[in-house]
Amino acid sequence: MQRLLGIFLIIGFLFPLTWISESFAQENPAFDDSAGITIAPPTNVKAYDHPGDAGGAIVVEWDLSPQDHPENDLILGYEIFRAVYPDGEYESIGVASPGHTSYMDANAEDEHEYIYKVTATSGNGPSATAISNPAGSSPEWINFGMTNLFIIGLIICSSVIYFIMHAKKGGKLFLRKIGGLEAIDDAIGRATEMGRPILFIPGIHDMDDVQTIAGLTILNYIAKKVAEYDSRLHVPVCRSIVMTTARESIKEAYLSAGRPDAYSDDFVHYVTDEQFGYVAAVDGVMVREKPATCFYLGAFFAESLIMAETGNSIGAIQIAGTAMPAQLPFFVAACDYTLIGEELFAASAYLSGEPKQLGSLKGQDVGKVIAMAAIGVGVLVETIYVISGSSAIGNLSSFIKNLFVLG
Amino acid sequence: MRRQVPLAITFIVGWTLIIAVFIPHPPFGQLGENFTTYFDIIAVFAFILGGGNLIRVHGNKVYKKRQDWPYSIVTILGFVVVLIAGLFKIGNPDGLSGDLTQPGSLFQDLYTYIFAPLQATMFSLLAFFVASASYRAFRAKNKEATVLLVAAFIILLGRTPIGGYLTFWLPESLSFFHIPNLAYWIMTIPNLAGQRAILIGISLGVIAMSLRLILGIERSYLGGEGERS
Amino acid sequence: MPLYEKLKNIDRRVIYIFIALSVIIPLVFKIAFTEQASPIVQNIFDKIESLPEGSRVILSYDYSPSTAPEIQPMADALTRHILEKDLRLYNMALWAPGHNIATETTDRIIIAEFPEKVYGEDYLNLGFKAGNEFLIAVILTDLKKMYTTDAKGTDIDSIPMMQGVKNLRNFDLILSLGGGKPGLKEWILFAGDPGHIPVAGGATAVSAPNLYPYYPEQMLGLMGGMKGGAEYESALMKIYPQYKNKSHPGIDLMGPQAIAHLVIMIFVIIGNITYFIARKRGEER
Repeated sequence: MQRLLGIFLIIGFLFPLTWISESFAQENPAFDDSAGITIAPPTNVKAYDHPGDAGGAIVVEWDLSPQDHPENDLILGYEIFRAVYPDGEYESIGVASPGHTSYMDANAEDEHEYIYKVTATSGNGPSATAISNPAGSSPEWINFGMTNLFIIGLIICSSVIYFIMHAKKGGKLFLRKIGGLEAIDDAIGRATEMGRPILFIPGIHDMDDVQTIAGLTILNYIAKKVAEYDSRLHVPVCRSIVMTTARESIKEAYLSAGRPDAYSDDFVHYVTDEQFGYVAAVDGVMVREKPATCFYLGAFFAESLIMAETGNSIGAIQIAGTAMPAQLPFFVAACDYTLIGEELFAASAYLSGEPKQLGSLKGQDVGKVIAMAAIGVGVLVETIYVISGSSAIGNLSSFIKNLFVLG
Repeated sequence: MRRQVPLAITFIVGWTLIIAVFIPHPPFGQLGENFTTYFDIIAVFAFILGGGNLIRVHGNKVYKKRQDWPYSIVTILGFVVVLIAGLFKIGNPDGLSGDLTQPGSLFQDLYTYIFAPLQATMFSLLAFFVASASYRAFRAKNKEATVLLVAAFIILLGRTPIGGYLTFWLPESLSFFHIPNLAYWIMTIPNLAGQRAILIGISLGVIAMSLRLILGIERSYLGGEGERS
Repeated sequence: MPLYEKLKNIDRRVIYIFIALSVIIPLVFKIAFTEQASPIVQNIFDKIESLPEGSRVILSYDYSPSTAPEIQPMADALTRHILEKDLRLYNMALWAPGHNIATETTDRIIIAEFPEKVYGEDYLNLGFKAGNEFLIAVILTDLKKMYTTDAKGTDIDSIPMMQGVKNLRNFDLILSLGGGKPGLKEWILFAGDPGHIPVAGGATAVSAPNLYPYYPEQMLGLMGGMKGGAEYESALMKIYPQYKNKSHPGIDLMGPQAIAHLVIMIFVIIGNITYFIARKRGEER
């Protein structure tokens, strides 16, 4: 205790420093009054249909007022007015900050054409106005701004499907060993030997999250093993649809293991949708039932460490897997094995050993090659540009970057 | 047939929604949102299953006086009281037409004095568990673990004012080594690079998994068909 | 038992006691430090500072009471800043408990500190709606499809602040506080990117690293954890010194956080010392 107080005394020494740093506080710079200056309006106002949308939006663009400079604070913003073309009355529809050269009118109706005027506002009142061309909005059939996404998606999907077909025809595929999945059988065996239950947590998301589906595919495998070993399975869930799906999956697993008689709906039960209420209940189950093995496979948030540390404290073997990057360090620290990101999605293919499923994993490697090549080329070109300063290489760098920007 | 129908629905809806991403024109542009709304509606009805299961499991426990059955009474009571307080807006100054969260309503009081402190208590356990997990996990067992340990210390200091005080004396030319700047650099450069790599891997994993689901290759979540080894 | 053995087999409950004390003692003795906004936080402040009077800002309460101690300082500071700048504030929630928190913040900050502000003209509570990220996707094109009334049940068309608001594209800035799902990431993916609307916000320290990949291209700023809130408070106090006398829980709670970090570091050092002694003795490899 004395040591602790010592530590706090040392920290207390740092406290007066707060006073020192406060003395460095800066005051708000005085506003530069600019009365008497005439404000020039923005110029070259254009209006056009916002591309690649379902209609209802028109983009208004202009060139800045010549007096719009960050250093002089003269311009307070731009006000945009709209009128139905040709004879409607103008009404103010919005404002844009100084330095901004566009505004999206998202309240357009497709059946009208509109005309816009833009005025620069200042402390002395508004400037003269500049008027746009008439423009209308309409829905489009194809969003060409997503062509790049379409092509990349097409390549990745095609390669996944190609390798699935390839594997179906008996093509050989190499898959590295995944420790966490190799350990599942041993973990179930250990629980059986100890006569203690196996706890399975499918995350806290619903069935619309692919992580939950990935978790349930592994649950199916685990349930089959549990049925074979005649062990006990406990699956508390926090979503009703997950409850019904998990039951269905376990029931089928017991059926295919030849143990339909051993199945009970009580293996899976609903607790609550509320995140921390669910954690409290799961921790309670852990402390009371002391499961020998805990699986955490699905989507997790802050509850990951609370559950994994409780599991650690009761000496359970723990296998986790999630695609939530922020929770991975917690699982790695507190669990025996952790499936990192894509390993969770690969798990069911890996466990089933089905060529068709394994082929899909190979196909996703093509996506990785594209990503690595794009990153490598992008970094190289940008680095050369920074070193050389060549505008041609700068343009090439921008071109590569824009290849991966959605319009 | 029991498997074929859901697989066919998955196939048709899956491809339609993928294609709809690139077609903004009605009715395709709104398909994604509409289908999600359908899911939400189904999920709301499914809650009846969940709530029913909760009452059944805990009711059974109380009825058969199984181990720890008094806790089940607390669960059932909590469920019923909050449900009634919310449905009938008990104590609400504006009655049934007012906002559920108005001061004075039983629902808001239950929220303020029970729900909020309980939630905060559970979340605050993280502080304790982070400490014990860090104590166990951060060991300089090898070079990589040592780098991780040093980075962790810089972040721990850099995320508090103490980090700033420790290196405030550094000249401008060495400002990169100012602990908050170092922590910021670790978070936005090496950490970000790793995060992005994991995210790319996860996204590709999601694509492959989704394709397996849409093509009906992955069906074990439906219970499978005895194909597993 | 020698000291080495005691330290090697340290009970986790001992660690818990020290962590509890490291939080309680600085709270009791009010140990506090000053903060300086980092660029990622300052960007949010500068954005709000640059918005013209009357600009529309959404503040989405996407968190529950569990993370409120960490997130609430951000909500308080943002609310003060937005109203101080005479912007129009639209509170909403993607999380059900978020609505309760928004109501509580309105009572404590807006009604108490800005009595001149009028509900429906200067600020509005749209309340909670179910639908998660798909709610965002829907209101990106048509807000009234999901919100026909505000949280009080008033018809949305009769509210002055809603005149001229058709969808999210009519807003100048979206701020989301939380870090879970749905949260800031969903606002970026379903509103900021497709609608070209500036998005920023705050997240718990645990979730913040998830959001760094979106900065600065897709997310103009981020307040990470208690420190993010404290930095925003300090930025606010720098330009608006009147807030030095008001509550600043972020800055106040950075003291306990700093000490708790030190305690964790001390335990990690102890763990490493015992590990190296054990390795020297050949007990561990």
